[in-house]
Amino acid sequence: MATLRVELVAADRAIWAGEAKMVVAKTVEGEIGLLPGHEPMLAILASGEVRITLEDGAGIKASAEDGFLSIEHDVVTIVARHAELV
Amino acid sequence: MGAQLRVYRQKIKSAQTTKKITRAMELISASRIAKAQQRVAASTPYSRAVTRAVSAVATFSNIDHPLTTEPELIERAAVVIFTSDRGLAGAFSSNVLREAEQLSALLREQGKDVVYYLVGRKAVGFFNFRRRTATQQWIGGTDLPQFDTAKEIADAVVAAFNTPASEGGVDEIHMVYNRFVSMIAQVPEVVRLLPLEVVEGVEAPSDSEVFPLYEFEPDVNKVLDALLPVYIESRIFNAMLQSAASEHAARQKAMKSATDNADKLIKNYTRLSNQARQSEITQQISEIVGGADALATVEED
Repeated sequence: MATLRVELVAADRAIWAGEAKMVVAKTVEGEIGLLPGHEPMLAILASGEVRITLEDGAGIKASAEDGFLSIEHDVVTIVARHAELV
Repeated sequence: MGAQLRVYRQKIKSAQTTKKITRAMELISASRIAKAQQRVAASTPYSRAVTRAVSAVATFSNIDHPLTTEPELIERAAVVIFTSDRGLAGAFSSNVLREAEQLSALLREQGKDVVYYLVGRKAVGFFNFRRRTATQQWIGGTDLPQFDTAKEIADAVVAAFNTPASEGGVDEIHMVYNRFVSMIAQVPEVVRLLPLEVVEGVEAPSDSEVFPLYEFEPDVNKVLDALLPVYIESRIFNAMLQSAASEHAARQKAMKSATDNADKLIKNYTRLSNQARQSEITQQISEIVGGADALATVEED
């Protein structure tokens, strides 16, 4: 099964990078779930939680604010001014 | 002890003390460069991601955003100058200031008004000494830049950019900073921040790379509205980090040559003082011999 390559970066460092099954993030329009094969998209993040589901089903949570999210060719980049794992 | 000899000894002592200080500063800078470089590297993923996104939006939408369109008439230009807080770093700050002066001269030639935004105590001192005014200035923390400072600067310049020139705003923003090339080379660089030239980004994607057709959420304009200030921030932050790394490298180099010079001085003065001591002894001997001779002749008479 295809997986997503996820990169979570904050202004001064890269927070997390790896493979994942699903990413759920909160944009200004509402919550969005991203699965492999999603169309290319650029969205503005609302401050809130980003949930990343790994291949083995484990979850990673991070808080992110002031940023945006982009997905293309199953590469998800979450860019936030302030972000950290919780 | 002869006067001459004492003077030399004093000079040796003073050169030795200075050498201790410059050596310590050299070592401190050397250890900080590594950290500063790491910070530059750590912020790279962010600026790369932001630049990519901005390029994607810019190439895929033909929208007229105020931050990207060239105004027909540029009345006033802002120049952001990044210097250090402290001296003792060779020509670090003066290089940037000289570059900024050249840029201002060029802009004035084109009939533009120039206003300044200063970062670092050295730039502020330079302006105060010449009784020139700056719109805004930031002092402190140039050797360990914080993202919040970058955000403050970005907010200030973007706000000025969004104000019409008739109300004191600016139509163009340039920044001048030292780019960190290597431990030995730091090059003063002029970059035009606004109106945007995305292609000029440090991390510009290669030409062969094709951007996919993006869906924008909520819409292109809103995304660009949110993205461009972030892009400006990240460019300013990057400039600050580069400048900090350059500052440490320049200081290390300056302090190394100061230490070497102190060594040379000590060597020369040691030679001179040895000579002085020797000639003093010679003189004393000849005085004694001469005195004894004189006494002997007096007794013979």
